[in-house]
Amino acid sequence: MTTATEVQKKEGFFKRLFNRPQKEYWNAYTGGLVLGLVLFASFFLTGNGLGASGGLSRMVAFIEDIIAPGHVDRVPYLIKTAGGELNALDNWIVMVSFGAIIGGFISGLRNGRVKLETHRGPQITDKQRWFYAFVGGFLFAYGARLARGCTSGQALSGGATLSAGSWAVMFAIFGGAYLFAYAFRKLWN
Amino acid sequence: MTIFPLPIDTIFLKIGVYAIYLLIGIGFGYVLESSGFNKSTKLAAQFYFKDLTVFKVFFTAIVAAMLLLFGAAAVGLLDYNLIWVNPTYLWSGIIGGLVMGVGFIVGGFCPGTSLTALATLKIDGIFYVAGALFGIFAFSETIDEVPHFFDGSYFGRLTLMDLFDLPVGLVALLVTLMALFMFWGGEKLEAIYGKVDLSKAPKGRYIGAGVFVAAAIGLIAIGQPTNADRWNWIADEQQARLDNREVQIVTEELLHTMHDSKLNLVMLDVRAEKDYNLFHLTDADHVLPEEVPSMINDFIALPANTLFVIMSNDESAATEVWKYMVAESVPNVYILEGGINNWVDTYATPYEDEYCAGEKEDLQDDEFKYILTSALGDHCPAAYPHLEDHEHIEYTPKIKMELKRAPSAGGCG
Repeated sequence: MTTATEVQKKEGFFKRLFNRPQKEYWNAYTGGLVLGLVLFASFFLTGNGLGASGGLSRMVAFIEDIIAPGHVDRVPYLIKTAGGELNALDNWIVMVSFGAIIGGFISGLRNGRVKLETHRGPQITDKQRWFYAFVGGFLFAYGARLARGCTSGQALSGGATLSAGSWAVMFAIFGGAYLFAYAFRKLWN
Repeated sequence: MTIFPLPIDTIFLKIGVYAIYLLIGIGFGYVLESSGFNKSTKLAAQFYFKDLTVFKVFFTAIVAAMLLLFGAAAVGLLDYNLIWVNPTYLWSGIIGGLVMGVGFIVGGFCPGTSLTALATLKIDGIFYVAGALFGIFAFSETIDEVPHFFDGSYFGRLTLMDLFDLPVGLVALLVTLMALFMFWGGEKLEAIYGKVDLSKAPKGRYIGAGVFVAAAIGLIAIGQPTNADRWNWIADEQQARLDNREVQIVTEELLHTMHDSKLNLVMLDVRAEKDYNLFHLTDADHVLPEEVPSMINDFIALPANTLFVIMSNDESAATEVWKYMVAESVPNVYILEGGINNWVDTYATPYEDEYCAGEKEDLQDDEFKYILTSALGDHCPAAYPHLEDHEHIEYTPKIKMELKRAPSAGGCG
């Protein structure tokens, strides 16, 4: 009897949690300013900036190390993160990535935006969108490893510390996207 | 003395360090979601000039963080030398960037934003993250085929200040003005392509722009700390170490260090070239004092087990270089006590004696005291004495390896 009411209560709680009224996103300049403060705080306290692809990379190395530890020890690129006794997840960047997921979830929850849905352009189906999202993620991550960092680790963090190479990467990312935007206009318009 | 960035690895236990990074990550994810970066259509609209939120958030963040960083460095709160600055690998960076650009327009996210999309249950975000994991897997399987491309065109810690030979303040002002110009142009484009009503945009953004420009001009006015400023901040503490002879290591300690394979020993011989040619230690690098400033970034980037020992004929020149390097936050720097003169006194063998025509009279400070009939370089036993060939004296070891404060890999590890 008590369990039944608890379940009911729980459902009520979750319903209330996930069905909050959906709020507007922040003003872009406000968001930028707060992001700048987070980035500065990171550098100020730790000497390191932000990053996302590095955490994902270690996730891959961690999974590979479970499935095929022998293989990890033979691939030079993986040895650095997961070779031998190394735990690929034992690194600060993994914490930042996990934190980003938690932070995104908290913000989404507070503002009623945690919802199972697919965002896509009007001319394609959900399934097509999923396919392109997968391909895009594949390409972006490949490029990010090649450039030693993504929009966060290179463009944002390196941009603020005025690294010459990071500015080159930043222009290449935006340049590449604008260059191919017309070719892929059907996906979004 | 500059105290930030904090040497967090020495202050906190590992769990504390990870908690700090987790909190930073939470802040990161929170802002990304709140700015609308979990919505792929909003991100992609950027590239059709309909909604330039990404551009605005991105460059506002860069400018704000940049001004705060260099502002804190200017007043001596933050040590820029200990901040991770992404090293430049030009061509792999540019090609990687272009590939990322294609991934951006096809996938509708970048890795950071896809994490918040995944967190808020956007199915396209989940597929994107899955694709990214496979992309990383594919990279790790293929990159070892083209190591020269991946590791080539390396320029080390190269900043825009180095590239254009401009002071920090001016570069910061140019970046700020460029961002403001892009915001202005971006809003015009949004009005045309996105039918955005600009009259509803908050007026506070003009005040913000004014504050940014004023801060950048302030940076030009204050300037960044010079080596002399940096030395003054730490002079009390470090001069005492010099005076108490805590950093001058005896020949015997250097000899043992030369034979210690666990340490990455960097010996810097800062004497004139002719003295170096007459005699120097095996593996000692010839570096003139005026060349040291351009090498600081490389020194800081060396592994944590790196130990620097500086030597001149006696100690004066070595001490000046020591002060310069310590003021620039290079860790683990020591001076060879008594310099090369003392080394030769201690370890000369009959072989060296044969080429020695006596000692110079009225010796100047920090001058090589022996008259050699031939330039020996390091082709003599005293340049690399073997441990077993010498009787050992008791000495109190002075070298204490500090934990490295500067990060050795940024967000790309």
